[in-house]
Amino acid sequence: MTTATPTVAVGTQKTDGTPTTTAARVRKRLNSRTATLVSIVIAVLWTIPTFGLLVSSLRPEDEIKTTGWWTAFTNPQFTFENYEQVLFGRSASSGQLAGSFINSLAITIPSVLFPLAFACLAAYALAWINFRGRDWVYIAIFALQIVPLQMALVPLLKFFSTGVSLGGVTLMPAWDLVDEQKFAQVWFAHTCFALPFAVFLLHNFISQLPGDLMEAARVDGATHPKIFRTIVLPLITPALAAFGIFQFLWVWNDLLVALIFAGGGNETAPLTVKLAEMAGTRGNEWQRLTAGAFVSIVVPLIVFLSLQRFFVRGLLAGSVKG
Amino acid sequence: MEFDFAEEQPKFLMLMYGLIAFVAVVGGLLLLLDVVPAWFARRREAQLVAASASGAPLPRRRKQGEGLFALFFLLPTLLLLTVGLVVPAIRTTLLSLMDGSSTNWVGLRNYSWMFSDDSIVRVLINTLVWVVLVPLVATGFGLIYAVLVDKARFEAVAKSLIFLPMAISFVGASIIWKFVYAYRGEGDQIGLLNQIVVSLGGEPKQWLLESPLNTLLLIVIMVWIQAGFAMVVLSAAIKAIPGDIVEAARLDGVSPWQMFWRITMPSIRPALIVVVVTLTIATLKVFDIVRTSTNGNYDTSVIASEMYNQAFRYGQNGQGSALAVFLFILVIPVVIYQIRNLRQQREG
Repeated sequence: MTTATPTVAVGTQKTDGTPTTTAARVRKRLNSRTATLVSIVIAVLWTIPTFGLLVSSLRPEDEIKTTGWWTAFTNPQFTFENYEQVLFGRSASSGQLAGSFINSLAITIPSVLFPLAFACLAAYALAWINFRGRDWVYIAIFALQIVPLQMALVPLLKFFSTGVSLGGVTLMPAWDLVDEQKFAQVWFAHTCFALPFAVFLLHNFISQLPGDLMEAARVDGATHPKIFRTIVLPLITPALAAFGIFQFLWVWNDLLVALIFAGGGNETAPLTVKLAEMAGTRGNEWQRLTAGAFVSIVVPLIVFLSLQRFFVRGLLAGSVKG
Repeated sequence: MEFDFAEEQPKFLMLMYGLIAFVAVVGGLLLLLDVVPAWFARRREAQLVAASASGAPLPRRRKQGEGLFALFFLLPTLLLLTVGLVVPAIRTTLLSLMDGSSTNWVGLRNYSWMFSDDSIVRVLINTLVWVVLVPLVATGFGLIYAVLVDKARFEAVAKSLIFLPMAISFVGASIIWKFVYAYRGEGDQIGLLNQIVVSLGGEPKQWLLESPLNTLLLIVIMVWIQAGFAMVVLSAAIKAIPGDIVEAARLDGVSPWQMFWRITMPSIRPALIVVVVTLTIATLKVFDIVRTSTNGNYDTSVIASEMYNQAFRYGQNGQGSALAVFLFILVIPVVIYQIRNLRQQREG
């Protein structure tokens, strides 16, 4: 910290902080006025695009396509038809997002649970079990955070489609997954990519648990699995929640991994893939795009708003997501 | 117009399989960890009993139990990281030295292609523009906002408004902004930006088709999403500034401007660095926004989207891999800087 410690001048008795002179008072009020004004401008700038999308998604098709959403206030016409169309419409062009919504759920839930459990176990071992080379294992996992997942995509896809063979000997057959079985690929990929960050984040929490607690448990004859289950797990629930939300938002909002490992078919494509495709091929069908976008936004928004506390804590504890 | 629920059943079945696999793997592992040590303990007890009965020296307790535990705790993670990250990363590096179909070695040709092909040089320049602008502007907005709403009324609500875009997917955000940039040839404009331009007496434009303006407009989307992250981290740092320093400065009659530059900025420097570094790395890998908004057309492509196009659309594994490796190389110095900084903080 390089702050110069300000010296308190004798005689300034403004302990309540109110300026004494009129000029000072005016200046202060002006200052806070501009501050309020600027912050309101930023807040409005940040909110208006989403607000416009929400309003538009509720307007009839020909209204969206011919007039701006701001005219909806002078000429209100609202309908849920866009949502019906985009979610349940049978025609191929409608998006059929209800199915994609289920795909998103089916992809996200295991993709959150697996890394959570595995990282938890690993973080405990790295923090509280003494074994040779522990620091090196931790450093290696930590360093893997910086490998961009782009580095793994091509070989991993090949791994799923052709298996592993070394010198003509098949070590692992191809997965040969079809349709909804491809979810397994996505779970696998998301789990691998999430682990370095998950281990890092959970290790931060677990290693800060009081050592006396562990020592006492060891003296009482508790084994590591027992300590892990009965002492560590209950204590790190906030950390688990933080990472859980993190990973949930990450997977639900992910496009790249889903695009490559789930593909664009109706059986597997999550909302993000479907929407990106719609934005590309039907970029002017705003009635569907706006409603569709809102469908994809609503779940993370609910998760986020209800669990914001945990999420912020996670943000402040962790640093870089790989 | 109706939704056939039966069609969706296989998906739920698959999800259930996934959950069953989860319970089996994790439950099995925990069970194994419980049973094995119990068995060892029983055997040791038996040995002790036998030893004391025969009067032989007590068998030495071996210390390797700990290592065995650690192995089981770490097994799933290490296995997955090896199969899913380490080996693929090494293979990508090798693939980047091979041709498009990964059959012949071509040396560094993919890399020289990267720096000589005009369209790829353009991609690299675009990425540079992204990496310079996004961290700077997003951190700037986040910082200004964090300072302005600090201790204001409605602070929580005001922060939530900026923070909300963090929950929105890049795809969703791109659609939101595409709608802002929307263009109509005749009649009323439906995009907010063109409406503003028209009401100011200008001509509506197809914003996303005009290079290099379109790259800047895509950067706006990223800034819109990430400013919330910067704001939250910096706001927490501002709140952590010791109250007596602020109070002392205030007693001295320091103006808000001086307060910001002399007190706030130096105090939150570490947080500021973390934010800039995190945003830099996130920006280097940006893919979704470009893909959804323009699909990399009209001179907007960046490294990550070009890598996807080369490897998965044009079937050029070698060139795609070279781009991925280059991305990795770009990330390394940023991370080293970050680590060095963290270490300095810990020591100082």
